[in-house]
Amino acid sequence: MSKKFRVDIAFDQCKGCGRCVIACPKKILKLGEKLNVQGYPAAYQAADGCIGCGGCFYQCPEPGAVTVLEIVED
Amino acid sequence: MSKEIVKFGKSPVFFDSFTRRPGPVKTNMHYCPGCGHGILHKLLAEAIADRGIQEKVMLVAPVGCAVMAYYYFNCGCISVPHGRAPAVGTGIARVAPDKMVISYQGDGDLAAIGFNEFIQAANRGEKMSVFFVNNSNYGMTGGQMAPTTLPGQKTTTTPYGRNVEVDGYPMKVCELLNSLDVPVYIERCALTSTANIQKARKSIGKALDNLRDRKGFSFVELLCACPINLRKSAADMNKFIDEEMTKYYPLGCFRDRSAESESKPLPPPPIHDPETVRSLLYPKKLDIGVAHTFRNESKLFDRELRLKMAGFGGQGILSLGIMLANMAKLRNFNVSWLPSYGPEQRGGSANCSVIVSRNKIGSPIIDSSCDLLIAISQTALDKFKDEVVPGSVLIYDSSTMTLPPLPEGVIICGVNASEIALKLGNAKCANSVLLGALAAVLKKNNILEGGDKADFDKVFNEAVFESFSSKPEVIELNRLAFVEGEKAVNA
Ligand SMILES: Cc1ncc(C[n+]2csc(CCOP(=O)(O)OP(=O)(O)O)c2C)c(N)n1
Ligand code: SF4
Ligand code: SF4
Ligand code: SF4
Repeated sequence: MSKKFRVDIAFDQCKGCGRCVIACPKKILKLGEKLNVQGYPAAYQAADGCIGCGGCFYQCPEPGAVTVLEIVED
Repeated sequence: MSKEIVKFGKSPVFFDSFTRRPGPVKTNMHYCPGCGHGILHKLLAEAIADRGIQEKVMLVAPVGCAVMAYYYFNCGCISVPHGRAPAVGTGIARVAPDKMVISYQGDGDLAAIGFNEFIQAANRGEKMSVFFVNNSNYGMTGGQMAPTTLPGQKTTTTPYGRNVEVDGYPMKVCELLNSLDVPVYIERCALTSTANIQKARKSIGKALDNLRDRKGFSFVELLCACPINLRKSAADMNKFIDEEMTKYYPLGCFRDRSAESESKPLPPPPIHDPETVRSLLYPKKLDIGVAHTFRNESKLFDRELRLKMAGFGGQGILSLGIMLANMAKLRNFNVSWLPSYGPEQRGGSANCSVIVSRNKIGSPIIDSSCDLLIAISQTALDKFKDEVVPGSVLIYDSSTMTLPPLPEGVIICGVNASEIALKLGNAKCANSVLLGALAAVLKKNNILEGGDKADFDKVFNEAVFESFSSKPEVIELNRLAFVEGEKAVNA
């Protein structure tokens, strides 16, 4: 079975710069319509299909905004 | 049941909460959205964690947007003045050689105000790795032209675009650095596409490997986004860097001698114990001398004394002055010592002025009358003879010089100092022969009074001991020379 991944973007830590959005090879990230506490349109994972490449993590200038998770079935 | 494993997440080298950052936000960095500093901080934190060197790293961040890096990195961090990171880093690397110095500098910082510190540290092969953020402008101060700004690029100080005729061309730091022999590793990367960021990640890793393994000076330039000042979206920012900046700043490795460079051994540990440092700096003094309340009794010392020594360079004229100044210092006088010599260290004329006073000394310069002239070259005597006035003492080396006409009332004493010194086996002790002659003259003419006569010899001995405490045979030689000088005058 192929591995499954998802991306967790901490809503209030994203600065809405859009770097992850343009870099995602699967084009599954989007900038949100809602503004977070800092006033930025936080990015989020808008569709399935994350391959866990980490591109969004390395593109993001914030230390804790992006976490890429592997989903492991028991 | 399923569980989730973090594949990419916040580095343990960052603080959990950025409590050092003022204001309510403790989770984010202060950088603008999309700023290259943030990306580089993450790559650095990861590379530090991967190598397990968090406890050893000293991150030096000068003025610029990243000066607050210490808010975020849980490792040794110092903020330093603009441009000075390689200088401070040098200090750290030498005083604490087990530390691993990272210098994190902007392009205004490194390529403008701090270029000298940077290039000198590189040329010395300091054990440090430098990360150079080239974002083509001064970020923190609001987007002024930097040395790295592209021709035609608009900034707040080049509103019509950088004009190379007046502003010069972009500074290519990797290329400049590559002309030095010493650096071990030089590479330029761009924090744009994920592929480029991955290349940068490898370079940063290599620079930290070199740092950990003490290979020498490593340098990684990173073309970075400053979307706020360049007023660009993320996509346009990447495009500008990849298409415009790389024209002037081609990416790639300029030098990699990491593999063949040997790890430099750790130098012996520096001495931190204050007592040991003190004993090395200030060797033990002979236990003679006078209380700090002691005052010489001769009337001579009631006024400021102006002493001049002159000869040619290499004769020891300046040390003769220091010896006299030290003698006065040991008897609780204020003293000044002012050397003056030609551009040539040896052969040209040299003189020094020593002022001895119980009061404050206004100026260390003697350019009119002096109380004492010790002249040991004909040129020196001819030059300063007008400063010799009635009442002055003149001591000259009679083995090599002839006297010009002098005013009445000058106390003149010729002593064949260099001949005597040579007979004693060392031309260098001619100074002490002259001091011995001075002692004799001062005593004979009752310029020194009462107990001061004997004290002059005593304080000479103390000063010689202080100057040469580690060389007993030199002390003996100078004492002998002093006695011979006294004898020569009294004969
Ligand atoms: C001695 C001194 N001169 C000038 C300044 C003002 N100053 C603060 S930040 C800065 C520019 C920094 O630009 P850069 O090194 O490119 O770093 P960036 O902010 O772009 O990361 C200047 C000139 C200062 N703080 N100290
Ligand atoms: S890990 Fe890769 S595929 Fe998944 S969201 Fe991030 S960039 Fe896209
Ligand atoms: S790169 Fe980071 S800060 Fe920028 S939009 Fe994506 S998650 Fe937000
Ligand atoms: S001004 Fe530029 S370099 Fe400074 S934090 Fe903002 S984007 Fe980054």
